[in-house]
Amino acid sequence: MRISVYRYNPDTDKKPRMQDYEVKTFQGMMLRDALLEVKKQDESFSFRHSCGEGVCGSDGVNANGLNVLACVTPIEELKQPISVRPLPGRPVIRDLVVDMTQFYEQYRAVKPYLVRKDPLPEQELLQSPADRDKLDGLYECILCGCCSTACPSFWWNPDKFHGPAALLQSWRFLADSRDQASEERLDALDGPYKLFRCHSIMNCVEVCPKGLNPTRAIGHIKELMLEKGL
Amino acid sequence: MSLPTRHFDALIIGAGGAGLNAALQLASADLRVAVVSKVFPTRSHTVAAQGGVNAALANVLPDSWHWHMFDTVKGSDYLGDQDAIEFMCREAIPTVYELEHAGVPFSRLDNGKIYQRAFGGQSQNFGGDQAARTCAAADRTGHAILHTLYQQNIRARTHFFDEFFALDLVRDAEGVICGALVLEIETGEPLLIESKATLLATGGCGQVFRTTSNAHINTGDGAAMALRAGIPLMDMEFFQFHPTGIAGKGMLITEGTRGEGGYLINKDGERFMERYAPRAKDLASRDVVSRAIVTEVKEGRGCGEHADHVLLKLDHLGESIISKRLPGIRESSKIFAGVDPIVEPIPVFPTAHYAMGGIPTDRFGRVAMPAGQGAEEVVAGLYAAGECACASVHGANRLGGNSLLDILVFGRLAGKDIIDYVRENPYQRAVDAASLEQAMARLTRWDQKGKGIPVSQLRADFRKCMEDHAGVFRTEEVMAEGYERLCELRERLPEARLSDQSKVFNTARIEALELENMMDVGMSIAVSALHRQESRGAHSRPDHPDRDDQTWLKHSLYYKDGDRMDYKPVRTKPLTVESFPPKERVY
Repeated sequence: MRISVYRYNPDTDKKPRMQDYEVKTFQGMMLRDALLEVKKQDESFSFRHSCGEGVCGSDGVNANGLNVLACVTPIEELKQPISVRPLPGRPVIRDLVVDMTQFYEQYRAVKPYLVRKDPLPEQELLQSPADRDKLDGLYECILCGCCSTACPSFWWNPDKFHGPAALLQSWRFLADSRDQASEERLDALDGPYKLFRCHSIMNCVEVCPKGLNPTRAIGHIKELMLEKGL
Repeated sequence: MSLPTRHFDALIIGAGGAGLNAALQLASADLRVAVVSKVFPTRSHTVAAQGGVNAALANVLPDSWHWHMFDTVKGSDYLGDQDAIEFMCREAIPTVYELEHAGVPFSRLDNGKIYQRAFGGQSQNFGGDQAARTCAAADRTGHAILHTLYQQNIRARTHFFDEFFALDLVRDAEGVICGALVLEIETGEPLLIESKATLLATGGCGQVFRTTSNAHINTGDGAAMALRAGIPLMDMEFFQFHPTGIAGKGMLITEGTRGEGGYLINKDGERFMERYAPRAKDLASRDVVSRAIVTEVKEGRGCGEHADHVLLKLDHLGESIISKRLPGIRESSKIFAGVDPIVEPIPVFPTAHYAMGGIPTDRFGRVAMPAGQGAEEVVAGLYAAGECACASVHGANRLGGNSLLDILVFGRLAGKDIIDYVRENPYQRAVDAASLEQAMARLTRWDQKGKGIPVSQLRADFRKCMEDHAGVFRTEEVMAEGYERLCELRERLPEARLSDQSKVFNTARIEALELENMMDVGMSIAVSALHRQESRGAHSRPDHPDRDDQTWLKHSLYYKDGDRMDYKPVRTKPLTVESFPPKERVY
């Protein structure tokens, strides 16, 4: 099988190029396996990867124009020759490795942690199964960045718009019956950019390798804002 | 040469559960703490832990920390240190509550309390009925915990060095550890981080085996750093093979599948664990279940075209339990085994999973080794916690659900102890030039030009060798041959060369440095295993089938220098309760 890979090394290259490799396929081969095979042939090729089972979120790449997690993307689902590029809209450090700094900054900006103001009990805070169910589809995010780097609003305003991944986490805490900082969270999202740059294009939903739905989460935040009359 | 240098009160190497829980204590106490991680923190392998964390909360069935302690001692095949185990089992309860308060989205019972499931090797009342002690967030407990700890560290404003690779520890002229030399992966430039205390929390080393549940990053970096600093590794022969990896691939299928009622069958459809563990059956300890699976396959009762695996049956649980309690497993099975466990069983075989051994520490996370007259003298300024450390709470075999517990309890405690240590040792010591030079040599060695053996080839040969010679069953003959081959590979390592010596995000260089670490740690496993002439826990020798408490109820210590072995006694005296004397271990 032929695979065409984006190559750029700032030490040696003036500009990026696509490079083709012949890779032997096998039953059940994932895109990550193919990239590892490329790496075996050419150790100068760099990409991030680790767990190999879709939980660490390291190997988000753009394959045939779509953001995917390489380790859970079967080769057979991709039209050949496969073309693999870095996640779009982020500065390229080298080959498929992009600079995710702004993505992480936006994540940190939504204060993605539980806030309790009341004294803590000796045992667990109680939460009904129904309230806990509200976190399903939110807490599973692996921060791979596939969603935010597929979002045109994030491409244009990565410094001002939080982007789908961060906003999903914002809703994860707003939706948590244990959290006691809803007001502050909503106040902080006010303004034309942080939240409201989402135009429900839904690229994020289409590409999320964990099947999560940031657009719906963003919708819930907007509803809650209306409710609170902000 | 002018080397960029940063200064912190404490340096933590590794951003998994142990490192992050330590960092949280330190940052919350307003110490200047740096966390160095070769990957962005939430990519650390704690994220892959599935089933849960043990604590005797008694939310589902009656329980007590003392029963938990008994199970852990028995599970360890009596090699665990009973003071550390008592401490861990007591601390488990407040530790889980603290995590919950920090935001971990635990699954819940109807009364709103944390959901707990049954796991292997758990009992009520010191060996009685099955207990339900494992606190779970569906089958993504590690993910839930790691993300929560990272989030709380954001709140605490911990200083992160993301994608920095630790090369080696550095010392002052007296030999006290005072930081580490690290490599910024993005730029390829070295950086010296000086600190008053240093915590190794680098996780596991499962990559030394070819088939493993461990991530690409689990290369034993911290353990190898300790070895190079002259510190021994303890009990490295005890490596856990998790019974249920996806056959041929190694991805983990949580023990929680059996805790929820799943069971293993051979090609005749027989529920074979009934023969090996009449009482506990599929929820016997992991070493027992792994040996049973390998025996079934060896004796011709394996499944599939090559009769090389067994099947894990879950379909009788019904769709709602599987979707609710094991959603991640269903997803993984579909992706990697091509089966939906709601309708079909999952093909499984043991996979290299967890190092029971590691850097020897006391129960405060302080690295302790034989020195002078003492068997356990503290190495000033150096701590270790998590899988890279050995407290020792797992002894010869770890119970499922005790790993997350270990990293959280001892990570937290190491953090607390470092706070005291820094208070008592407030002045930064001066890094010795020779020590720094030695650390720097690790990096410059890979600048050698010319043709040599490719790192990837050496790595593949090494991992195959470990798999063939240090697996579930080990005989003298197989291990001796393995040791010889490992020595050959080690001798070839200096001939390895990088063809790409560029600086920016050069992952080939990182993999070369990791290979050096893996080979040091792999050797510690092979040598320790070769020497221990008994069967205990995960170390199973058909040529020495019995446990021999007379000779071998002791901890192994492997030194890199000359592949030397030493031993030290097991701490059989708990903190407050009666000791559990060694008994025959049946499930």
